Amino acid sequence: MTTTALRPRPSVAALLAGLGISLVAVLSLSIFFGRYPVPYWIPPDLLFTDDMAQRLVLGLRLPRLIVSLALGMSLAAAGTVMQMIFRNPLVEPGFLGVTQGAAFGAALSILFLGSSLLVVQGVATFFALAGLALSYLLARYMRFGGWVLRLVLAGIAVSALFSSGVGVLKYLADPLTQLPEITFWLLGGLWGVTWRDVWIVLPVVIPGLLIVYLMRWRLNLLSLNDETAFSLGTAPGRERTVLLVAAVATTAAVTAIAGIVGWVGLIVPHLARRLTGANAQHTLPAAMLIGGMFAVICDDLARALLPGEIPLGILTALFGALLFIILMVRTTLRVQS
Amino acid sequence: MSGLITLEHLRFGYAADRPMVLPDLSLEIPPGTVTAILGPNGAGKTTLLHLVLGLLAPQGGVVRIAGRPLAEYGRRELSRQIALVPQAEHIPFDFTVLEYVLLGRSPYLGMLEMPGPADYRVAQEALALLGLTDFAPRPVTALSGGERQMAALARALAQEARILLLDEPTSHLDLSNKGRLLQTLRVLAGRGTTIVFTTHDPEMAVLAAQYVVLMRAGEIVDLGPIETVMTADRLTATYGTPVQVVRVDERPVVLLDLARPSVAGG
Repeated sequence: MTTTALRPRPSVAALLAGLGISLVAVLSLSIFFGRYPVPYWIPPDLLFTDDMAQRLVLGLRLPRLIVSLALGMSLAAAGTVMQMIFRNPLVEPGFLGVTQGAAFGAALSILFLGSSLLVVQGVATFFALAGLALSYLLARYMRFGGWVLRLVLAGIAVSALFSSGVGVLKYLADPLTQLPEITFWLLGGLWGVTWRDVWIVLPVVIPGLLIVYLMRWRLNLLSLNDETAFSLGTAPGRERTVLLVAAVATTAAVTAIAGIVGWVGLIVPHLARRLTGANAQHTLPAAMLIGGMFAVICDDLARALLPGEIPLGILTALFGALLFIILMVRTTLRVQS
Repeated sequence: MSGLITLEHLRFGYAADRPMVLPDLSLEIPPGTVTAILGPNGAGKTTLLHLVLGLLAPQGGVVRIAGRPLAEYGRRELSRQIALVPQAEHIPFDFTVLEYVLLGRSPYLGMLEMPGPADYRVAQEALALLGLTDFAPRPVTALSGGERQMAALARALAQEARILLLDEPTSHLDLSNKGRLLQTLRVLAGRGTTIVFTTHDPEMAVLAAQYVVLMRAGEIVDLGPIETVMTADRLTATYGTPVQVVRVDERPVVLLDLARPSVAGG
């Protein structure tokens, strides 16, 4: 029997292992990458001798690394989940009003509640979830089209509403104090991340990613027509909701801390599919590993490339768009007709 | 004769303010038979299939599988009993044919479980039965319509269900693929699988089925063995257009009778 051709590609296991090892390598090198005491590199022995280097790495760089890893993994996983659930490879996690909701919340908070990080994050999370809830409710009340089409349209409408709200708030903001702060938040970044943020993000991100990871075979089923998914034993509505809530909750948690970091959730699932094929059993872990690596590398560059911080969102957009162009030129993206 | 699938006074409509699609339908399908649900477009054939599958819930009446009401089955339990080949499936991602067929093993996997070697074996057998072994590593999205339909059938076979539902299985197939599909249905019926398919094509019913249910506007015009049901009068009443039935090698062949005036709307 020709079982060799029919077993999962052995290269997939090797590929995932390779990605895992690369991620560990990137994380290890990132600990030493920075601008103290000289640009780009802390000699490892300094960690044992220099008090300042020790405090810098343990108090600032390590929590920032953990949050950037969580950010990349969450956005990539959420992107994979949403693309498969909505059967549309051009969907990204900010979809369904989540990102624009968070942006509106943050701007509102900076304008009227002060710029305490905790308050901004809290209000941003609240509006991210409100964006999702509004999209969902609106889709429920629409009287035409299938469920997926209604969610897509509702998400676009709610995002546009919040986006116009952000515009109004920027117009009202004090151009010298509040406007720069809003703009910086909208550009996305991880400056000022501390261990407190790690403890806020991880309790949401770890269970969210675990749910998505464990349900990855179901994700394949849920990317099929409703009638097929149902005939294969799923409860499509209920299972899609569980996966969506997990994906959106992790997105909201990391967005509240990092601001708007675009493109990771759109481009990384495409890269993962190119490497492992469409089966989410392999795509999802690949996307999480690549997403983590992508975000950590971008954040390394954001904090160390120039004497001043480069907003992370600018770098992810730059590299993401470049990758997207390369992928588009080299493959045909299948868009739901 | 007790039915494997029994529908008792089934009532179904998509919205309260619209007419019922199925006003009152009763039907019994014996195990190990091949039944065609034949009728014009809009007769309620797919709705009937979805009610048997449990995807739609009837507003009245009951569907029984092996004597047990459908509602008493769990989702996974039911999907081990009934497999579906839908009419046309939009697959937006490049699953390989093998991965796609493996999805048919999901009823045997827990919510968080991945397919194992035994599942790969069943998927491989399903592919071999349909002569698709060479297609295993190819992306489903690169297949032709006919090949994709066969892949969907392989996926349904991997489900190892005793009831196979097919929704207009030959509507996108050329003659050679149609022949392959019909042969496969015969092999499956020989193995004891109960097959129910919808079609608007009388030829398909004659070639594949032992029993036929003639439907028009949500109601059963007639049902029974092919030989007795496929008459010119009944088919004319079903399709609302004059039809002739001639016999070729003892087999009824249905032809449009354009010489007679149409009876549509009657």
